[in-house]
Amino acid sequence: MSAAGRVGATLAPGEAGRTVEPARASSAPGGGDPVVEFRGVSKSYEVDGRRVEALRDVSLQVERGDVFGIVGWSGAGKSTLLRTVNALERPTGGSVHVDGREISALRGRQLHLARRRIGMVFQQFNLLQSRTVYGNVAYPLRLAGLSREQTVDRVEELLDFVGLGHKALDHPSRLSGGQKQRVGIARALATKPDVLISDEATSALDPQTTGEVLDLLRRANDEYGVTILLVTHEMEVIRSIADRVAVMQDGEVVETGSVYDVFSSPQHPTTSRFVSSVLHHRASSATLSRLREVHTGRLVHLHVVDRDSNDPFLSRVAREHDVDVNVVYGGVSELQGRLFGDLTVELLGDDDAVEAALGDLRRTTTVEEAGARA
Amino acid sequence: MRDIDPAVLWPKIGTALLQTLQMVTVSFVLATLLGLVLGLVLYSTRRGALLENAAVSTVLNAVINVVRPIPFIILIVAISPLTRAVIGTSIGTGAAIFALTIVATFSIARIAETNLVAVDRGAVEAGAAMGASPLRVLGTIVVPEALGPLTLGLTYIFVALVDATAVAGLVGGGGLGNLAITYGYQRFDTVVMVTVIVLIIVLVQAAQLLGDRVARRVLHA
Repeated sequence: MSAAGRVGATLAPGEAGRTVEPARASSAPGGGDPVVEFRGVSKSYEVDGRRVEALRDVSLQVERGDVFGIVGWSGAGKSTLLRTVNALERPTGGSVHVDGREISALRGRQLHLARRRIGMVFQQFNLLQSRTVYGNVAYPLRLAGLSREQTVDRVEELLDFVGLGHKALDHPSRLSGGQKQRVGIARALATKPDVLISDEATSALDPQTTGEVLDLLRRANDEYGVTILLVTHEMEVIRSIADRVAVMQDGEVVETGSVYDVFSSPQHPTTSRFVSSVLHHRASSATLSRLREVHTGRLVHLHVVDRDSNDPFLSRVAREHDVDVNVVYGGVSELQGRLFGDLTVELLGDDDAVEAALGDLRRTTTVEEAGARA
Repeated sequence: MRDIDPAVLWPKIGTALLQTLQMVTVSFVLATLLGLVLGLVLYSTRRGALLENAAVSTVLNAVINVVRPIPFIILIVAISPLTRAVIGTSIGTGAAIFALTIVATFSIARIAETNLVAVDRGAVEAGAAMGASPLRVLGTIVVPEALGPLTLGLTYIFVALVDATAVAGLVGGGGLGNLAITYGYQRFDTVVMVTVIVLIIVLVQAAQLLGDRVARRVLHA
């Protein structure tokens, strides 16, 4: 815990989060200013006499200012976990803390007040059809007791922010899906919440509109400093806007880390499957067998992460050991400003020379056999 | 066929039209107010709803399910002791209004409940997520969101009330329906019958048009 966090906690227990200046710099793991904290959260219920464990002992911290993504297949428990943040779901074990307060223990008016500090964006937008765009964004402000003038100003500002100032008097039924979600985001940001939680916000949208909505969320994070906790089944969403990611399966978090680390070096098989759904650095097994028919030399995958030197390692190794290197497949991506990639190469030469060359390559990269000679 | 003198007929039709309008509008307004309240109670005391209350819900449902299937022509006579206790008399337009109000109230309660239940759960959840109290969600989200279909349901009740007033003649309530039955049907006076039926059709059409228009406005469709 940082010194600031400790002091804050001493001065005002339970309100420590509020006393610390928001700072994006504090997003390092264990940085000490979690806005949302899940402590051993479990949730189980009975369906037709069968016990369902939706969440099993989930512990996570979402640092202030981060965009934190939770990814998982449907049924992994990610939406349930997200909904414990504003107590739409209550855990059967463990606790959920927002801004240092245990939201899972709040009831009645205390809970209503706490929820006004947490914006929520829904997959199906959940706009009020009986109100105009203006009325939808104004709703949480009126709830918070703002005067009519203050409400008008704030709604105008928000609608400009999401680019829908000209639609203020339209009803949601007249809007496209992307526009509806932008209204949903404006509404969620209305009361300047500390946290914005997003439940599959782009899953009902086409890819083009998805990009626009994700840009808007990123902009809300940059300009308003709102911490975003989002749930998705699309790894592409994580890749585009998240700083950190947790991968969920069967109610458990199986892997968590920075987006760069998780994408460049996935540890859990589920994570690998998610990563390979958006990155195609490695040939599929079908492609690989086709490649093997043509390339009868030694086939290996070279996994390259974070190359900060400009050592031309491939040609250097080839020259030093007198082998030929043939690149047969590969891909490189950039995430959070850092590069990583995979190359599948064929090494041709004396067996001893190839072996020596591989030994050399292992010092620079991670080498994995791509299967024996055909 | 003995047609009645137009000089006698028209004032009779005028009086009957006024009686019908009076019976329909008064009972409609009263039943709408009472029915909406009962509908809200039905909705909010359901299992899993915000003011869940099994006792209230069960009793109210039982009462509604007993009263609604009774044919109006039987009900209006059967409740005459109650009518006398409340209105002071069991005959006349006032008595008819009392009976009409009772049947319409229970029908509107059911229609209101149905339309409230049909409100998008997502909108209700959004209200909760924004920190609105359950009562606030009921008043500022559930009811406004249900208003469009509710208006159409109320229009249906209005038309049903016009129809039901024909029976009001049974307790001396008068009205167009009664005129059509006594002069047109029982005395075979085609002119009276057709005139009255045309008037009723015009009345119903006007109500339906107005209802559709209001509903469209509320629904923003």
